[in-house]
Amino acid sequence: MISLAGRDILHTWGKFVFTGIGLGLLIGVTLTMAGVYRGMVADGKALLDNSGADLWVVQRDTLGPYAESSSVYDDLWRGIRAMPGVAAASNVTYLTMQVRHGRRDVRALVVGIMAGSPGDPGWPPHLVAGRQITRGHYEAVADIATGFRLGDVLRIRRNQYRVVGLTRRMVSSSGDPMVFIPLKDAQEAQFLKDNDAILMQRRRTKANPAFNRPNVPGLLEAVLASQTTNNYVNAILVRIQPGHAPEAVAEPIRRWKRLTVYDREGMEKILIGKLIATSAKQIGMFLVILAVVSAAIVAFIIYTLTMDKIREIAVLKLIGTRNRTIAAMIMQQALVLGAIGFVVGKIAATFAAPHFPKYVLLMPADSVAGFFAVMFICVIASLVAIRLALKVDPAEAIGG
Amino acid sequence: MKLSTQRRRTLALIAVILPLLALFVYVALRSGPLAPVAVTVAEVESRSIEPALFGIGTVEARYTYRIGPTVAGRVKALYVDVGDVVRAGQVLGEMDPVDLDARIRAQEAALKAARAAVKQAEAKAVYARSQARRYEKLLGMRSVSEEIVAAKRQELAVAEAALTAARDEVSRIQADIEALIAQRGYLKLVSPVAGLVVARDANPGTAVMAGQAVVEVIDPATLWVDARFDQISAQGLAADLSARVRLRSRHDRRFAGRVLRVEPLADAVTQEMLAKIVFEQVPRPMPPLGELAEVTVSLPPLPARPVIPNAAIREVDGWRGVWVLTDDGLRFVRVEIGRSDLEGRVQVLDGLEAGQRIVLYSERPLNAHSRIHVVERIPGVKS
Repeated sequence: MISLAGRDILHTWGKFVFTGIGLGLLIGVTLTMAGVYRGMVADGKALLDNSGADLWVVQRDTLGPYAESSSVYDDLWRGIRAMPGVAAASNVTYLTMQVRHGRRDVRALVVGIMAGSPGDPGWPPHLVAGRQITRGHYEAVADIATGFRLGDVLRIRRNQYRVVGLTRRMVSSSGDPMVFIPLKDAQEAQFLKDNDAILMQRRRTKANPAFNRPNVPGLLEAVLASQTTNNYVNAILVRIQPGHAPEAVAEPIRRWKRLTVYDREGMEKILIGKLIATSAKQIGMFLVILAVVSAAIVAFIIYTLTMDKIREIAVLKLIGTRNRTIAAMIMQQALVLGAIGFVVGKIAATFAAPHFPKYVLLMPADSVAGFFAVMFICVIASLVAIRLALKVDPAEAIGG
Repeated sequence: MKLSTQRRRTLALIAVILPLLALFVYVALRSGPLAPVAVTVAEVESRSIEPALFGIGTVEARYTYRIGPTVAGRVKALYVDVGDVVRAGQVLGEMDPVDLDARIRAQEAALKAARAAVKQAEAKAVYARSQARRYEKLLGMRSVSEEIVAAKRQELAVAEAALTAARDEVSRIQADIEALIAQRGYLKLVSPVAGLVVARDANPGTAVMAGQAVVEVIDPATLWVDARFDQISAQGLAADLSARVRLRSRHDRRFAGRVLRVEPLADAVTQEMLAKIVFEQVPRPMPPLGELAEVTVSLPPLPARPVIPNAAIREVDGWRGVWVLTDDGLRFVRVEIGRSDLEGRVQVLDGLEAGQRIVLYSERPLNAHSRIHVVERIPGVKS
């Protein structure tokens, strides 16, 4: 038995394939949109993975350090290091800012990491080029998304940093690439302003009679010196010893150190539930609209394709073809159209994804779900066309 | 003819569909989580490394001479300004004597009066002595009562005591005068060393307190760098190691130096060790005090051991280690790491042997089931 659908496709194969490609591009956009959403979630998780921490110790009653600002004294880590179940504790600072390189500047999350060795919490977990930081000052490891190269000299606030290593997929929850610098430099960068601001601050302090007393020489100098130190960090990253439950380690810190502690689950809830909740809903809304539009267009295309050969269908009916055969032909065509569309869409989405400024994550599970969704939409859309085809009067084949 | 049209169309359709399908399969397998992870591979070498320590410090003068008056007063004149080179013993300025001369004259007058008082006491003592002697003789002849002789002896003792007191008063006033004259000498601000004036904190007419510095002098030949090294990476820091100093204003040049001493007191708050670095030859022109300096201290080379780049070190489940390439895939090997140098080479104390192939860079985090794809350079890295 010959395939009616196949013969019909062969008859107008160019039109059919191009329609499929057009549909594919639309499906590609939908898949990409899903990828954008997955990318946002992945960015949030990447931030947590890359910190290498099991617990985040932050200022009391804050959602820090990513969702809110938090500051804790930089010597608290020693006390936390000595708590039971703690394998490692590291200070860390986060500061989103423009990092200048030559005449260009890049928005980046500057991460201050405590001196130590690779593998410590906070350090970049893997590199794609160069080496990890070895000097205690003025070296940086940058994410490849910043566009910096090895040996580039960056300017962060007052100091110049040499890029010694490159990482990949080290991003903040909003997708800004990270730049890792030594903690002491980062503390300074968070606090020390530009020269003008420092001068103005000195002048203001001088004008304050409480600090500038002629009969107490040295007081003003002491006050000015105390203004240029920063002994705060944003959070303490804690890695727990194998065999200890996160909650059992977190509870004593909460109770005795009077700080807020989040475990991985709590942090994910903050990042995904609070930080990107609105943007995620926005993307989700778009995804729904795109899916509806795609379905409508698929239905419309199949309807038009059927309308184009309404005369041929009337002839088929005239020669006594069964309704089932005609219905199968239309549905097969719709499914083939959907399949071509999906293949083209998947290819288009995969090639387009790396060119997006933010991370687009195409998950195989999403693709499989997308495939079934496309097929389902095609089946539904073909039902309308089938109804039309079956209602056609065989007389139309010979009539005007 | 019809069949051939049919066949042509079928072929054309296949020509479009097949590449699409091939592309689809490629895309499905080569991107996303199913794709192999691009890695670069390094070999564990056995070599010696030269560890070095990196610290930050400021240029300071070894000794600062803060020259000021010993008593409160007013600055009369200053002969030097910031940047002047001075000799040892050079007068840098003078304090206003105010009433010092008048006080010396008053004391001189008092001295004259005291000397006159001495003469008067002497006369009284001579008279009392002769009286006492005469009455002693008379007592021998029994012509005066013993009581009168006792009274004369007492008068003599009083007169001699008065003389001693008058003489002491003279020496006291003399000492006072000497003190005032000495003070007058200290009104001159004299440089104790040959050096450079770095600060002029008061100008003529300013009243200053005792001990307050008017002029600061340093010896430019004794500049050093007050350097700070993070304790965690300061292993081996010791006196007499050679160092290279880079000044912030002259960052293209490196100056030779050496560690003079490591301070016995560390900074507990910043967790840094402090050391003093002296220049082999003080840079010309002299760097300003307080300039930021980067110090690299080189340590003697260590004996050869297996060495890996620090970028190869990963942390998996709380263990530090590296991914080793084996015949059947990847294996995570825990390592114990030792000293490292500033170029990022790390000694492996335990866990690896020279010649093993390890993962250096990877596109994504790895696990034991990762499919890998060894490349020369990770895609996307620009040279």
